[in-house]
Amino acid sequence: MEYVASLFSVALIASAIRVTMPILLASLGAVYTERGGVVNIGLEGIMIMGTFFGAVGAYLFDAQFPQLAQGWPDLAPLAGVLTAMAAGLLFGLIHALVTVTFRVDQIISGVALNLLAGGLARFLNILLFERATQSPGVRGFTPIDIPLLRDVPALRPLVTGVSPMIVVGLLLVIASQWVLTRTRFGLRLRAVGEYPLAADTLGVNVYRLRYAGVLLSGALAGMAGAYLAIEQAHLYFEGMTQGRGFIALAAMIFGNWWPAGALGASALFGYFDALSLRVVRLPVPYQFISVLPHIVTILVLAGFVRRARMPAADGVPYTKEEE
Amino acid sequence: MRTGMRVAAALLVVVAAILWAIPGPQATAQTKKWRVGIVYDVGGRGDLSFNDMAYAGLARAQKEFGASIETRDLEPTAGGENREELLRLLAGEKYDLIFGIGFLFTDSITRVAKDFPNVKFAIVDGFIGDQPNVVSLLFKEQEGSFLVGAAAALKSRTGKIGFVGGMKIPLIEKFEAGYIAGAKYIKRTIEVFSEYAGTTGEAFRDPVKGKELALAEYDRGADIIYHASGGTGIGVFEAAVVKKRLAIGVDADQSLTVKPDQRAQILTSMMKRVDVAVYETIKATTTGQYKGGVREFGLKENGVGYAVNDYNKAMIQDVTAKLEALKKDIIAGKIKVPSDKKLLEEFLKTLK
Repeated sequence: MEYVASLFSVALIASAIRVTMPILLASLGAVYTERGGVVNIGLEGIMIMGTFFGAVGAYLFDAQFPQLAQGWPDLAPLAGVLTAMAAGLLFGLIHALVTVTFRVDQIISGVALNLLAGGLARFLNILLFERATQSPGVRGFTPIDIPLLRDVPALRPLVTGVSPMIVVGLLLVIASQWVLTRTRFGLRLRAVGEYPLAADTLGVNVYRLRYAGVLLSGALAGMAGAYLAIEQAHLYFEGMTQGRGFIALAAMIFGNWWPAGALGASALFGYFDALSLRVVRLPVPYQFISVLPHIVTILVLAGFVRRARMPAADGVPYTKEEE
Repeated sequence: MRTGMRVAAALLVVVAAILWAIPGPQATAQTKKWRVGIVYDVGGRGDLSFNDMAYAGLARAQKEFGASIETRDLEPTAGGENREELLRLLAGEKYDLIFGIGFLFTDSITRVAKDFPNVKFAIVDGFIGDQPNVVSLLFKEQEGSFLVGAAAALKSRTGKIGFVGGMKIPLIEKFEAGYIAGAKYIKRTIEVFSEYAGTTGEAFRDPVKGKELALAEYDRGADIIYHASGGTGIGVFEAAVVKKRLAIGVDADQSLTVKPDQRAQILTSMMKRVDVAVYETIKATTTGQYKGGVREFGLKENGVGYAVNDYNKAMIQDVTAKLEALKKDIIAGKIKVPSDKKLLEEFLKTLK
């Protein structure tokens, strides 16, 4: 009984939420791009760019505008997040240009982005900071307390000193779910991912929507990287994404290409990850815990847990017929 | 298209011819010029740790021996796949002494040293026995770790301290064993939590995981955490800032390189003087004293130690006398610091 309680300790859940967040943000991005019919395995690379440019943005803002940064301490991290998202957008743009406009194989383009990101980050880091593998330290956002909930004693560790990016991330899930089910943009995006020819004949601009999906994925993966660098580690460190971009893709598939599903799947990965970091009294060795999320991923990808239904035109380049 | 290719090919030939004709930097005839090369570990220069310390040793040698040596340092790719190529490159260019920084060089140096018997090699942290042209530079990390473990035990108020390792390998377990031994030597009842970030090289560059691991240990009551985990340890310092507790750095004097807010949380650092090992090896080579085999750097050789600097002086000065006494006992052989789990068990049995 003792270990059952430790499985749900508030500190563990708080840790799980922190670990979940970067996976969640990137998998939301994955939902958008794949709903539009473009596979983007470059998310890992975009996330690397996000970690690097997140730190760069926050650091440079502090260095360039010390007075502003002093008066409004949240401006520097905000600048970092925006820089990271812009870098993500740029990488997304490359992917969209290559895969949507030039119809290059989407996997190849994604792999290229992943390779490019690692080298580019190191190159720029040496250029900017004169060292290879890490940036100088940066400041994060001022942690916030969630009103109302913070007065519940049992929840205090969970809702006080929270990163505002966590709140934003959770709101983004709700917003994305709404966008994809209720808005014109979301419905058209899905149409383009399911049956682009039909969408095209109805006058929907397939290319533009696919661009939008890929760009959104870039921005969100950039934001995920920024969260890692600015909120968690407070610096960029080479290799700090640790494959979370790929885990995010798995979470998106596990979540059946829905934002809410992506949240559930990311939370599951995050929870097991946090569990393996916190030694809890368990009847099984903790190594078992650390491999669990990966086993779950494989089972999901192999279709054992639930039948995954991907958008019909996912990964298929669309060629507009010439008139 | 064709002509373009032809022009390019012609240009290439011309450039190659010019390069061929330009005389390279010639060694001055009168004195032998020692050529020393370093191939860094993954992470390269600017890691503020291991590689930078190796460079510091090289720079010191360059400064002291001036014109009589010529140095060159090379960085492998991010994954380190080309480290053997780089070693061969230097060996092929007739370098006299070539360093490989890090245990990951073990296999490649073993091979390259066989192919170039006239070139001297040195490997930091890796063990290569019975090759006359390879010297293995090893450290007694357990001795330095013993001292910082003792410092942690002396400073801890909760009676609980922590350890965060990077990759779970015997090398890092040496740090852990020494640390636990030092802490228990001071206080038999102290509780030490130990966690590792992983089982691959990635475990040395995961500050996010380092932070979560450290937060978990602080939550369990630890008030000082020692990390031996490379970049992962930056997360440990972050956790120390969040929890307003203390942490102990590793390899370099980390108080000097971290962010100001982390600096205040660093009790001390276990210094592993890669610079000393590199410098001593170069010196030995230039004076004809180079010998293949194993060279160990412990407290006695000033190869390991704990850091005292302007930032931590106030925090640590009340225990330095005790630490110096322990250091003397270790050097004198009165305390035999265990270097692995099994020896640690035996060591703990000898304590009352």
